[in-house]
Amino acid sequence: MNPSGYFLSHLYLIPLFPLMTAALMLFFGRRLAHSAVSFFCVGSVFLSFVHATGAVFQLLAADPQHRVYQQILFEWITPGPTPAHGGLVPFIADWGYLLDALSCVMILVVTGVGFLIHVYSIGYMAHEGGYYRFFGYLNLFMFSMLTLVLANNLLLLFVGWEGVGLCSYLLIGFYFLKKSAADAGKKAFIVNRIGDAGFILGIFLIASTFGTVRFSSQGLGDPLAFTGIVQTLGTMVSQGRLIAGAPGLTIIALLLFVGATGKSAQIPLYVWLPDAMEGPTPVSALIHAATMVTAGVYMVARMNAIYQLAPIAMDVVAMVGAITAIFAASMALVQNDIKRVLAYSTISQLGYMFLALGVGAFAAGIFHLMTHAFFKALLFLGAGSVIHSLSGEQDIRKMGGLWNTIPATSRPFLIATLALAGIFPFAGFFSKDEILGHAFHRSQMMDRYLALWLVGLITAGMTAYYMFRLLFLTFFGLSRVSPELEEHIHESPKTMTVPLMILAFLSISGGWFALPVLWGEKNTFGIFLEPVLGGVETETGSVQLGQHTLFKEYFLMILSLAVVGMGLWLAYQHFLKNPKLHDKFATSFPRLHNLLIHKYYVDEIYDALFVNRIKDLSTALGWVDAHVIDGLGVDGAGWLTRLLSRISIWWDKWIVDGLVNLVGKFTEGLSVPVRMFQTGVFSSYAMWILVGVVILLGYYGHHMQVWLRNLR
Amino acid sequence: MMPVGHYLFLSFALFMIGAIGVITRRNVIVILMSIELILNAVNINLVAFSRIFGDVHGQIFALFIIADAAAEAAVGLGIIIAFFRNRETVRADEMDLLKW
Repeated sequence: MNPSGYFLSHLYLIPLFPLMTAALMLFFGRRLAHSAVSFFCVGSVFLSFVHATGAVFQLLAADPQHRVYQQILFEWITPGPTPAHGGLVPFIADWGYLLDALSCVMILVVTGVGFLIHVYSIGYMAHEGGYYRFFGYLNLFMFSMLTLVLANNLLLLFVGWEGVGLCSYLLIGFYFLKKSAADAGKKAFIVNRIGDAGFILGIFLIASTFGTVRFSSQGLGDPLAFTGIVQTLGTMVSQGRLIAGAPGLTIIALLLFVGATGKSAQIPLYVWLPDAMEGPTPVSALIHAATMVTAGVYMVARMNAIYQLAPIAMDVVAMVGAITAIFAASMALVQNDIKRVLAYSTISQLGYMFLALGVGAFAAGIFHLMTHAFFKALLFLGAGSVIHSLSGEQDIRKMGGLWNTIPATSRPFLIATLALAGIFPFAGFFSKDEILGHAFHRSQMMDRYLALWLVGLITAGMTAYYMFRLLFLTFFGLSRVSPELEEHIHESPKTMTVPLMILAFLSISGGWFALPVLWGEKNTFGIFLEPVLGGVETETGSVQLGQHTLFKEYFLMILSLAVVGMGLWLAYQHFLKNPKLHDKFATSFPRLHNLLIHKYYVDEIYDALFVNRIKDLSTALGWVDAHVIDGLGVDGAGWLTRLLSRISIWWDKWIVDGLVNLVGKFTEGLSVPVRMFQTGVFSSYAMWILVGVVILLGYYGHHMQVWLRNLR
Repeated sequence: MMPVGHYLFLSFALFMIGAIGVITRRNVIVILMSIELILNAVNINLVAFSRIFGDVHGQIFALFIIADAAAEAAVGLGIIIAFFRNRETVRADEMDLLKW
């Protein structure tokens, strides 16, 4: 049975609602009251959420193999016959939406978490300027993100991809009068451009290799009329025109991954995400933790069919993910800005997701994406609530002892910390364990993966350490809040704390899809995603995920819990029990500590290697522009024009105007005697009339004489 | 019956007095009065010819001219008052805006 129903046939409404309110804010937002702005903008996202939930339920009503709904609104780009795989094919990119298991997860996360963050923003942004602008951008973001995850082809996905990038830029630079915020926005935009260049090259290569950018032709009726990447790839593999590990596929996969590293902040393009914390905190939660930065993960998972046939690219993805995970975690160890700790943590967790994708555990990556969206959004919103309570203070060295003063913030924050650290039975435990388990399993088949698993395990310990450091410094111990702020500490309003509670609930229960693993069955979440993430059947290349024995499963879980516990214990020793211990620790490794504090000098290295070199190039080109183009070209042309115009002026002045003046002067001369009569004094006019009458009388006097004589 | 020449002579004299007044006097009010003289010279002419030809039309015409003269005096004085408010003068040689 194919899925059908109101919510599915009105799938296009899900992105349309936020787009409409975004347009409303653009045109009329300035004139609307705060309450009206909240009503429209939060309401539209709620409607999207309702429609998304409805659509997912209607999709679930179908049996697993048919859980695909595809809707083409119109044909968008139709260039006609286009050369691809050795012939001409009718290339079409349509504006269409695709709902399958993968996009189900994404739209629920985007609209659900997005809605909660919108509600939270009502409270958080209440006293900020540009309220309507904020919500307008946020809704535009929701539209772009939903377009991204619902797109049925790569080009439409790219539209959403760029849209979220634009909104990210606008919202990072929301306080655009602050230079650091404006700079951070630009940095995010430019770094993302580098990734996007790779991404779009990948799209072009896909179009020319497969002759289509549509993900799948499933759910579109006649399978011969529509072509999808997955189907074409399957045909080409079965016909032997493409083999697993073909260089073409590897290049495509790597180029797409370049795009993913930009959007999802992986090495080497992660540098923009920490700076993105300049934006308002709800933005950090929504865009830079829960949704936009996971777009890269989504995209790689979406293209899993290609990745599974490109083992080299898979290794690159796994390695980049693992290195990013531990690299970012190490920087998070020493950061003092509450939001920056979370930013590095986000980079690290995204690295985890890519590690999962790289070892072929696509479902585990998406699973971690979802749980991470819950608890990282909660952490950011909690951090925002703390900042709100402390009237803008972000430095954790100036916090402490807030556990009981702001209970509605501190309790959910604790839950999110437990979830991110990976403590049983919170959400993060299951998803992280799933990733580590798959990495370990791969390492048994291929030894080189053992290092990746170890890196993941160590990162888990570091995650626990920096998260509990953050928790202890913020909420426990003695208060280090400055006295003038101390008086104003207040709990955040209900609109902010209620979303925290809902997210806290999700952070606890979001991982329970994986509970069956405990008694040796498959993760229900993984089963749900299987139809989408299965890839293409081949004899050699496809990545096979095996099942562990139950014993091994428990062993890995206990091992990772032990590592996490160690991180927790260290954090407890350093920051709660004996605060001086950490300083001693830091001073005994001054160079390492310094390196971490300065974030490995990566920004400085990038400045020296790229930014300043580009500036030098610009300066050189500027010189060329000023001296050659302006000097020779523009100024030379100007000189010539001036010379010509001088001649023209002379001609105009003496010949053309001279003739005109001559005519004028002649007329003027003629008028001189006539002008004398016109004195302006009406008495003189009356006299001239009389003179005229007398002349007339004199002339006709003869006739009058005759007439008068006859009269007599 | 008096010959028509006498009437015409009187009319002519009255007209000349009026005309010379209009041309030479500086005070606009006096000029207006002179215009009245001219009009009345015309009236005398009309009435005289009316008598000679035994046709009453000329006399009716004279009545119209008298009414017209009264209206004209009212309008003229109004203009002069408005002008005086603007320029604080009623001297004709200072009213020299009527050129080019």
